[in-house]
Formats: sequence, structure tokens, C-alpha cells
Amino acid sequence: MMTGAYALHALADGERAAFERHLEACEPCAQETAELSATAARLGLAATETPPAALRERVLHRVSSVRQEPPGVLTAVRAGRAGPRGRLLSRWALAACVALAAALGGTAVWQHQRAEDALREARQAAGERQGTDRIAAVLAAPDARTRSAALGDGAVGTVVVSRSLDRAVFAVSGMAPPGAGKVYQLWFDDRGTMRPAGLMDPGRTAQTVLMSGAVDGASGLGVTVEPSGGSRQPTSEPVAVLRLPA
Amino acid sequence: MREAVYIGRSPSSEPDLQELVGRVALGDEDAFASVYDAVAGSVLGVARAVLRDRAQSEEVAQEVLVEVWRTAPRYRSDRGTALNWILTLAHRRAVDRVRSVEAAAARDHKAALLARTPEFDEVTEQVEARLEREQVRRCLRTLTEVQRQAITLAYYRGLTYRQVAQALALPLGTAKTRLRDGLIRLRDCLGVTA
Repeated sequence: MMTGAYALHALADGERAAFERHLEACEPCAQETAELSATAARLGLAATETPPAALRERVLHRVSSVRQEPPGVLTAVRAGRAGPRGRLLSRWALAACVALAAALGGTAVWQHQRAEDALREARQAAGERQGTDRIAAVLAAPDARTRSAALGDGAVGTVVVSRSLDRAVFAVSGMAPPGAGKVYQLWFDDRGTMRPAGLMDPGRTAQTVLMSGAVDGASGLGVTVEPSGGSRQPTSEPVAVLRLPA
Repeated sequence: MREAVYIGRSPSSEPDLQELVGRVALGDEDAFASVYDAVAGSVLGVARAVLRDRAQSEEVAQEVLVEVWRTAPRYRSDRGTALNWILTLAHRRAVDRVRSVEAAAARDHKAALLARTPEFDEVTEQVEARLEREQVRRCLRTLTEVQRQAITLAYYRGLTYRQVAQALALPLGTAKTRLRDGLIRLRDCLGVTA
């Protein structure tokens, strides 16, 4: 078992990559690795010393000019190794999600539970809200394609696109509230031009939304925080960006 | 520093750092300053333990802290506490640095290595860090000698398990196993949960 060596950063680069691939498929290993990493952190904590005041100034000064990475672009997921299995299982929303996790490899395993939750929520809501039939139609379309990504801060988004219906459904879980008087707005990305695609319910952290309007060849979707009621164009940097599945 | 150590010992205060990092993820520079105050001493301590050299340690600590700012939007709380995330990052960067600057040959000699094994006492004793340090030291004493040496060489010296095996004249598989069973014993002694 490499969990100890891994937690101590005692593997060579190639071995580390191989072990990370293994971790994706081995939940007990992932659990043990998390615990041993937390234990290693205690060794670090025990080495705490007093930093010089000048370091604080340097770091805070530096930070004021360093741009943060966007939350929604998870390279491993965006790389989109959507294999043939996604195709076979896409009729059934939950199955599609499981297939997605499998197709993406284990990087997505931890996401899979979240995405599953979001889609389960979608199905539970099926009897409650108008429009859910159309959501179901997209999820169950024979050509439904799915893509999932971490959106930062614990949120996970999944987009399901049916090219034959030309519609997209966005499911998310773990979203932070957008703030008072604010709302999350969805956008289709038409090669860099953002087209409004509806609003999300600001009161829910997990929800599934039929994106308004046709996909119409859009290459991605974006989520921004907008004033209540939404905007005609994005007024802030996207909090999440996902490429639509091909 | 006091805060960082306190955070490590007391789960009840962890949400504070969690919440601060959440705010940092939204670009809140004031929150970042608070995160800095909570973790900078530990980040620097990790770098110092591994790198020894003060200037290099500060350089690595600075890089790590800026990386915390830069990548906070991607931090996932369901994968571990913010403190673990930051200290893991700090250790990783310190190890990367030591591996890139140190000739392997210089690290192969067991006597030289163990002579450089850090004694916690040599670090300026700090009232705030003492409890954490004493607890870790007490738990390290519950390990077998080989476990303790293996973990110390790997964590505080940044050695790969191959180098640990070489330094302690152990078969590779045994070195791996000692790192794992030693950490497991340490985990249980410290009462760590993921």
C-alpha cells in the first residue's frame, strides 16, 4: 500500500500519478489517504514558527496583483474523456451520471455522488414543478450527453445536452447562496458571446434547470451572479464555466 | 500562529478558517489577510523543516501562500479541511524544492541524514506551538524506531520512500510499509480523522 508514502509526498512523480489513478477507483484507499494526509499535516503543524513581518507584507502585496483561478474550469474534467459508455447509458439520468463518472475516470468519482444527488433531486422534483417533463425529455433523450465539473467551493454542476431536442439541462448541487438581491443566471456561450439562458432559484443550493432557449450550437455554458431579475448581458465574471458535451 | 495551532487542536475553531477560505475564494483580500495570520507560521515551519535554509523557506512559504490565494476558488471542502489543504500544499512545494536543489548523492548517506533530523527544540520554542509540538512528539515516541526514522526522513527531509529505504537499509516494500503503519499509528495516537 502506497497510501503512507503518498501522504508524505515520498513517491516519485511517475509513481504518484499512477497511485492517483489507482485512488480514483479505490474508495477505501482514498479514505485512508485522506486520513494519513491529515496526519502528515499535524507533523507540519508541529513545526510552526513565527514568520517575519516582512513576509506578511510581501505576500499581501503580491496577492493584490495576482489573479485568482476561476472555480468552474476543472481541467481534468474538461479534458472530457467522454468514452463510449456514456453513449450507451445515457437514456437513464442516473445511469448516465454513473457512466459519466466511469467515463471520466476516477477524478470524477468524488463528483459522482454530488452529481447523482443533483440528478436524484431532479427526479424527485419531477412531480412538483412545471417544466420537469421537458427536463425529463432532455435527460432521457437517446442522444443525451453529460458533462460534469467542480464549480469551486464544493459545488458540482452537471450539464446534459440533447442535440436532437436542441435543449440543455443544468443540474447543480452545493451552490452557495448568491447573496441578498442576487441571482445566478445561466448563459449559453456562443463562441465568446454570452446568450441569456435563464435564472436559477436563489433559494436552493441544489436544483435542476431547463436552460431557456435552444442550444443552437453553443459551445459552453456560464453561470454569473446577477441582480435579481437577471441581466441582458453578464455584469460579472462567471462563477462557473462548462464546455458543453459534443 | 497561535490561531493555526489552536485550529489544529480544536475542531470547534475549524469552521473559522473554512469560512475565511470560502471568502478568499470570492476574492476577499481582508479574509486572505486573516488566513495568512492563521497559517503563515505553519506554512513557513513546514518549509523550514524541509529546506532548513531561511531565505529559501521564506521564498517557498511566499509561493505557497500566494498559491492559496490563487487557487482558493478550487479548494473543495469535501476533500479535507482548509488547514490540511494548505499544509499539504506547503509540504508538497517544499519537497519539490528540496528535490530540485539537492543532489541525490548528498542525501544518500544515512549518518548525514539522521544527523540532520530536526529536533523540535532547535526551532525557536513558542508558547503557542508547544502543545501541538509536544503532542506530536509524544506520539512519535509511540512508533518503532524504524517507523519514526522513516516518517521523519520522508516528512521533514523530503525523501522519497526509495531514498528512505536506502538510508535505513530497508527493502523497498518494507520502507513503504513502515511509512504506512507508522502514519497509521500516529493517526490513531493523535486522534486524526480525515
